[in-house]
Amino acid sequence: MDERLLLTLLQKNARTKITDLAAALDESKDNIVNKLTELEQKKVICGYHTIVNWDKTNTDIVTALIQINANPEREYGYDRIAGHIYKFDEVDTMYLLSGEFEFVAIVKGKTMQEVAHFVASKLACLNGVTGTTTFFVLKQYKNNGVVLIEDEDGKDSRLVVTP
Amino acid sequence: MDYDKLLSDRAKLIKPSGIRKFFDLASSMEGVVSLGVGEPDFATPWAIREAAIYSIEKGRTFYTANRGLIELRKEICDYYERRFHVSYNPESECIVTVGGSEGIDITLRAILNPGDEMIVLDPGYVAYTPGVELSGGVPVPITLRHEDQFKLTPELLKAAITPKTKAILLNYPSNPTGGLMTKEDYEKIIPIIKESGIIVVSDEIYGELSYEDEFCSIASFEEIKDQCIIISGFSKAFAMTGWRLGYVLSNPTFSKAMLKIHQYIIMSAPTAPQYGAVEGLRHCYDEVLKMRDSYKARRNFCVKAFNDMGLETFKPQGAFYVFPCIKSTGLTSDEFCEQLLNDQKIACVPGTAFGLAGEGFIRVSYAYSLEELKYATEKIAEFVKKIRG
Repeated sequence: MDERLLLTLLQKNARTKITDLAAALDESKDNIVNKLTELEQKKVICGYHTIVNWDKTNTDIVTALIQINANPEREYGYDRIAGHIYKFDEVDTMYLLSGEFEFVAIVKGKTMQEVAHFVASKLACLNGVTGTTTFFVLKQYKNNGVVLIEDEDGKDSRLVVTP
Repeated sequence: MDYDKLLSDRAKLIKPSGIRKFFDLASSMEGVVSLGVGEPDFATPWAIREAAIYSIEKGRTFYTANRGLIELRKEICDYYERRFHVSYNPESECIVTVGGSEGIDITLRAILNPGDEMIVLDPGYVAYTPGVELSGGVPVPITLRHEDQFKLTPELLKAAITPKTKAILLNYPSNPTGGLMTKEDYEKIIPIIKESGIIVVSDEIYGELSYEDEFCSIASFEEIKDQCIIISGFSKAFAMTGWRLGYVLSNPTFSKAMLKIHQYIIMSAPTAPQYGAVEGLRHCYDEVLKMRDSYKARRNFCVKAFNDMGLETFKPQGAFYVFPCIKSTGLTSDEFCEQLLNDQKIACVPGTAFGLAGEGFIRVSYAYSLEELKYATEKIAEFVKKIRG
């Protein structure tokens, strides 16, 4: 089975029905179900999430990118301190980076105060964290490959019938 | 005043396109969902668009060399060598044209004398037969067969060649059938082409959209390479239809003759698209592969959907069309498409728009999202069920 194509189709639309996936991959439904189970067990597929544009709802949400400086530890490198950070619910996404600082964490909260409080009272106080810089997001343009603002780019302006 | 009398015989001779007729019909209706489009649904990769915009900002708004920008010709020749293992000299064997369409025109004008026979495949792309007629040639159609998946067989080719045959026009992967000639298929006809000495004009515009076997360019057979003229372009693989940019690759003698015609009628292909195309060939191949993957999934989906509704459909190996056989419905292609449009507001193109051999078939483009294809094929299934009572 073309595993890459299956994953690509699901990444584009996680709600694609099994029958449609089977047709698109020219496979039986059973094969697709078995393959999906296998990929889920192997954690190749880590979930079937929905990309929500919260800006269009009445929900208060603030996103911040936080650069974090941290010291590595013998035996653990950066992984243990990373675990102390990413286990907080406020942390949505986190990476270890090359360059001037060690981590970047994408943190979400209801208000700027809430995020600021998290940084000051939790994150910056952790043993091993030596500094943080917080950048609040002003506007979201694109998320996970999806453009979230009005953009005519995806509009089908082809003629009805062409040779 | 009867202005009709003032028209040239040639202009009067060529038939209006069957596509045009259907376009008028479909455009006059509201809310039509179309599977009738012969172009990608993807917008041109942004890197290409950005490079073209930058060229305009830099003031690169002048004619290019007649043959096209040398850096583009080098990229084209590198690309053909890298992808399809055929090498051409960018200085003397490559011309950048206004779409593959201009490539067809200058090719036919350069090789046909009045009365020369040119073999064309039926069903085939709408512009070939009129193109031959406009160049004074005599189109000789070969009727391709569904049971051969619309491939050109040695028997069919042999039977069509006469002492007057000057050339043959091939188009694989094919619009409208999606049929493909593999290396093994070509091997069977190469000796006939070699022996007869005819020119092979090969429109390889869908070459990059080949889903199982690696696409085989007929010019990769060294023994007939110099008999071949390759026409291709950026429209399909790079989703650049509106930019009108193509190219022609051939031996220097043919190329020189075509260049003469090209420089008088066109001068040079538009400049900004050429800069965009350079970027495309250098950096956008991953996008091409992504689009190809997408088309492959859609093709599989459509083939199953049409066979499930009882319309026999072979699995085409290339391009972005399926060519379901609708003979079992008892309707002609025209009737099927017109009734489908009126009944379900779904537009497909009758096979007859692509030649007499298209009777009994419809061309369905799958350059649409899976969701759109699902909706449209469900509607078609409903229609088929209804007419079968």
